[in-house]
Amino acid sequence: MDAFISTYVWPGVIMVAQSLLLLVALLVFIAYVLLADRKIWAAVQLRRGPNVVGPWGLFQSFADLLKFVFKEPVIPATANKVIFLLAPLVSVTLALATWAVVPLNDGWVIANINVGILYIFAISSLEVYGIIMGGWASNSKYPFLGALRSAAQMVSYEVSIGFVIVTVLLCVGSLNLTDIVNSQRDGLGTMIGLPGSFLDWHWLALFPMFVVFFISALAETNRPPFDLPEAESELVAGFMVEYGSTPYMMFMLGEYAAICLMCALTTILFLGGWLPPVDVWFLNWVPGIIWFVLKASFVFFMFAMVKAFVPRYRYDQLMRLGWKVFLPISLAMVVIVAFVLKLTGWSA
Amino acid sequence: MGLQALFFYLFAFVAVASAFMVIASRNPVYSVLFLILTFFNSAGLFLLTGAEFLAMILLVVYVGAVAVLFLFVVMMLDIDFAELRAGALEYAPVGALIGLILAIELVVVVGGSTLSPEIASNAAMPIPPAAERQNTAALGDVLYTHYAYFFQIAGLVLLVAMIGAIVLTLRHKPHIKRQDIPTQVARTPETAVEIVKVKPGQGI
Repeated sequence: MDAFISTYVWPGVIMVAQSLLLLVALLVFIAYVLLADRKIWAAVQLRRGPNVVGPWGLFQSFADLLKFVFKEPVIPATANKVIFLLAPLVSVTLALATWAVVPLNDGWVIANINVGILYIFAISSLEVYGIIMGGWASNSKYPFLGALRSAAQMVSYEVSIGFVIVTVLLCVGSLNLTDIVNSQRDGLGTMIGLPGSFLDWHWLALFPMFVVFFISALAETNRPPFDLPEAESELVAGFMVEYGSTPYMMFMLGEYAAICLMCALTTILFLGGWLPPVDVWFLNWVPGIIWFVLKASFVFFMFAMVKAFVPRYRYDQLMRLGWKVFLPISLAMVVIVAFVLKLTGWSA
Repeated sequence: MGLQALFFYLFAFVAVASAFMVIASRNPVYSVLFLILTFFNSAGLFLLTGAEFLAMILLVVYVGAVAVLFLFVVMMLDIDFAELRAGALEYAPVGALIGLILAIELVVVVGGSTLSPEIASNAAMPIPPAAERQNTAALGDVLYTHYAYFFQIAGLVLLVAMIGAIVLTLRHKPHIKRQDIPTQVARTPETAVEIVKVKPGQGI
């Protein structure tokens, strides 16, 4: 019995506690990311943004949460009720499930699995189901059109994201996310004799891939300028037209969890994860989690600025960008990177 | 061991049950969704045997791409499945034959390895122990190092199939205006704009 408790019960309890802690931290972070998104957007347009609830509007997201939860959920009479309610659940569960393998600091990860990056890729390729199911179950034109657009868009950009990940993996030689970050301790900067710094991270060595990944991440998470699935000027709100109250909130939560994940993934793959920008003692003394959050927030700031600056793409332009521009570039980069690594012997 | 057995029965039960629901449910969309659930649980079974790479690739390829296409087709085409099922009994003998062949093959494979366990060591590429070599690296050894040429040939076969599919479906209609990005970008004010001084009271 003691053996049972020490092998199963305690590790189980610890795992549940860790997961809860991560979830709560993540949800609070998402609440402020949402606020930041609106504030940045407002600032670009010379507005104030939400500023009424709490000091500087800091509690706006929580007020929104309460508003959504206390509203009456309306389900259209002709909708397929089971799938209609299942869709937001699928969306939010998958978006949160990916966080299980994200390392926030050295060793700060719930499941340190060997194929971490593949796990993230697999689960985020499933996120399209929430959207298709929601669009189909609503049993109406605009949601269905939005869902079809979204599915085509996400499948298209997954291809280039996959190739970008392959180039990074070629440089690292491991699919483990912690290994990917640790491999960025030395790189281009240390090769020419500088001490470890931000020049070693993959963003410099793989700069074209960094750009492709950033833009593909925008498309994959249906962020503007690629928000065609919910283009309000043509499709009202796309696949979310028929949704209200808590189900709608869950779609939003899933979307922002996916956006935060893409920010974290950009940080891990290209911006050195929890590594400090320069390898000196007082920067090393700052906990890695702070660097991680700072970098992820910076990536999110860029996401928000793109939303504020760039007009929405036309649908055929979006497809052209994905298939005719990003796919050839990323495919060529895979070949080039593989040849360079092989010929110079830099690969481990 | 107990926990692993528990998870095995959980995944296996859900996989079999949802596989049954794929053919039993009346709504084709439900069928595809149950198919996805089946794939998901098979991935779980792969994980339990230590084939983590296969599990993830199963999710990426089958659930993330192939099943999306299935779902598309089922949602977009208005298929009357009741009508399709009407003639199902005619095909029952063929289906039963294929099922029988599969069952015999399964019995041969499983029976062979139970009767003479030393067969496993005769494999051309024996599975390295999980502690020594990661699953992904072991697969990479087999595919890209030992059997690289066969792998390339398999890739070429797929390439030919892909080109074939594109050739069959590609139609260039002559009268459609297409957007040509390089020409658009290469336009200069000289080629695009003509400045005309119009005198008042006159047309051009």
